[in-house]
Amino acid sequence: MKDLTKRKRLRHSLIIIFSAIILLLPFIITNNYYLSVLVIIGIHTIVVVGLCLLMGYAGQISLGHAAFYGLGAYTSGILTSTYNVSPWIAMLAGAVGTGAVAYIIGKPIFRLKEHYLALATLGLGLIVHVILMEEVELTGGPSGLTKSIPYLSIGKLVLNSDFKYYFLVWIVALLAIILANNVVHSRIGRALRSIHGSEFAAQSLGVDTGKHKLQVFALSAMYASIAGSLYAHYITFISPNPFGLMTSIQFVVMAVVGGLSSIWGPILGVSVITVLTEALKEVIPKIIPQAGGEYEIVVFGFILVMIMIFLPEGLTAGVVNLYERWRYRKERTDETSGN
Amino acid sequence: MSLASELLQYLLSGLTMGGIYALVALGFVIIHNVTGIINFAQGEFVMLGAMFMVTLVKAGLPAPVALLLSILLVMIIVAVIEVGAIRSAKRASPVSLVILTIGLSTAIKGIALLVWGTHPYRLEPFTKGGPINIGGATIVPQSLWIIGTTVVVLAVTFFVFEYTYWGKALRACVVNKFAARLMGINPRKMSLIAFVFSAALSALAGIVIAPITYVTYDMGLMLGLKGFVAAVLGGLSSTPGAVFGGLALGVIESMGAGLISSGYKDGISFVLLLLVLFLKPGGIFGISGSKRV
Repeated sequence: MKDLTKRKRLRHSLIIIFSAIILLLPFIITNNYYLSVLVIIGIHTIVVVGLCLLMGYAGQISLGHAAFYGLGAYTSGILTSTYNVSPWIAMLAGAVGTGAVAYIIGKPIFRLKEHYLALATLGLGLIVHVILMEEVELTGGPSGLTKSIPYLSIGKLVLNSDFKYYFLVWIVALLAIILANNVVHSRIGRALRSIHGSEFAAQSLGVDTGKHKLQVFALSAMYASIAGSLYAHYITFISPNPFGLMTSIQFVVMAVVGGLSSIWGPILGVSVITVLTEALKEVIPKIIPQAGGEYEIVVFGFILVMIMIFLPEGLTAGVVNLYERWRYRKERTDETSGN
Repeated sequence: MSLASELLQYLLSGLTMGGIYALVALGFVIIHNVTGIINFAQGEFVMLGAMFMVTLVKAGLPAPVALLLSILLVMIIVAVIEVGAIRSAKRASPVSLVILTIGLSTAIKGIALLVWGTHPYRLEPFTKGGPINIGGATIVPQSLWIIGTTVVVLAVTFFVFEYTYWGKALRACVVNKFAARLMGINPRKMSLIAFVFSAALSALAGIVIAPITYVTYDMGLMLGLKGFVAAVLGGLSSTPGAVFGGLALGVIESMGAGLISSGYKDGISFVLLLLVLFLKPGGIFGISGSKRV
């Protein structure tokens, strides 16, 4: 019991320390390019935290999270630029609408087992992408929204710089992490973990497994939608390109690289992949001059394969395992030297 | 053009694409049946087949030799992948295996990009000659090749599964893996055979479709996904189901593109996928039920 409260306290202090570091970072890093990378990391973290809840705790994989991300971005973009709706209301509308779409898709799917959610979300992702490309009157088609999307503002404060936007994005990201953490340690979280252990046993103990999975799925879709809205107001221009299958896969890669068993996984995974992507964009043209930006997918693929083979639980678990092994070995050498 | 001949036209082009989807779907079903893996890299095997064919023909090899050599190359590559990556991750959960195959697909696509670049390649049709007129509809001779190949391959596949030792061993693994092992069938070897056999089917699909479409490093994605949809339509574990699923998908898609809107062609197949998952998760031709037996 004492151990439990100690661990809980450790968990809370870790979150507080981390939040402090995050909120101090922009005062140290003043380079605009680095700040913009950090903003993108924050936005992706929100999506991946939701995806990790779904994958790690409900044991389901979504290959369509870019669609939810896109639904949020386009709802915000269209409502604010064409219909002059307040950005915050548009963001809320996007999240509620996307959550509803996920709920409707998920409801029949969670009666099924195995890979069917992956299939359905894959299909949904492609359908949404086709609609974004084809409904030219509403979405502007392949070239994107023609009217520019306004900046977000809080009262009189217009969030039009990387520095100001950084705080908004990371505060939302931290809230998302804390909420996810609470979900994990709530009744629903325990129920979900029991599903992961043995769905059959969980059901026989009266856990409505389908319902809980559905709730987590809808929540993760809403996370993605809010991240999409934040993206739209940050870039102030959107086209269907960033919301395709490649982005969905990228989110899954980030989740897997970070690891699904810890709330720190998403931040680690997103940071590693985003920094790697940016670095590759710098390095590859110097090695192969005629290379396009698409070369990074080779590296992506290999990372994914290697992680699945050697660190199937992701980097966070890999680091923890290494630490435990090191400690174990140290204890043993201490013992032998003591004797 | 009258409506009847227009419909015939859509039917014929639908069957052409449907044949390709059926071949890819068959590959999915074989791997899924034997190993339980949904192989998201299937489409890349199609692309590799087409790419090797284009390259070898360009290098001056006669078409039949190039065809056999391309299929052989893809089979070797897939065998290496199976032994190197899939086998070493066999203990992983189904979700991890799905992710692993996505990684493989991305890596293969990336390597193809490095080797062949982004520009599209063309392959000459197998036989020369103008379009053929059938009852007011026209098709190119290559379509006949595609449909013919599909029929022959299906016959061969059927023969292999029904009458050869390896085919029977594969089917035994599907029925009961544990019992198959007790009878001396090595599941590892079966997994390798399933991957290599399904790779050969997909490579062949890529080769026969190459003359009527451009060959690009990223052609595998859509073909793979469509083959996948076809497999799901057929119930994901039945080989005749996969074939009917492929042909049905090809025809529905072609009708939809012609009668509704060509921009929504890809959308139609995935709406169909969602409908089948919702209404008949066992596939149109399968037994309704939530779990593969």
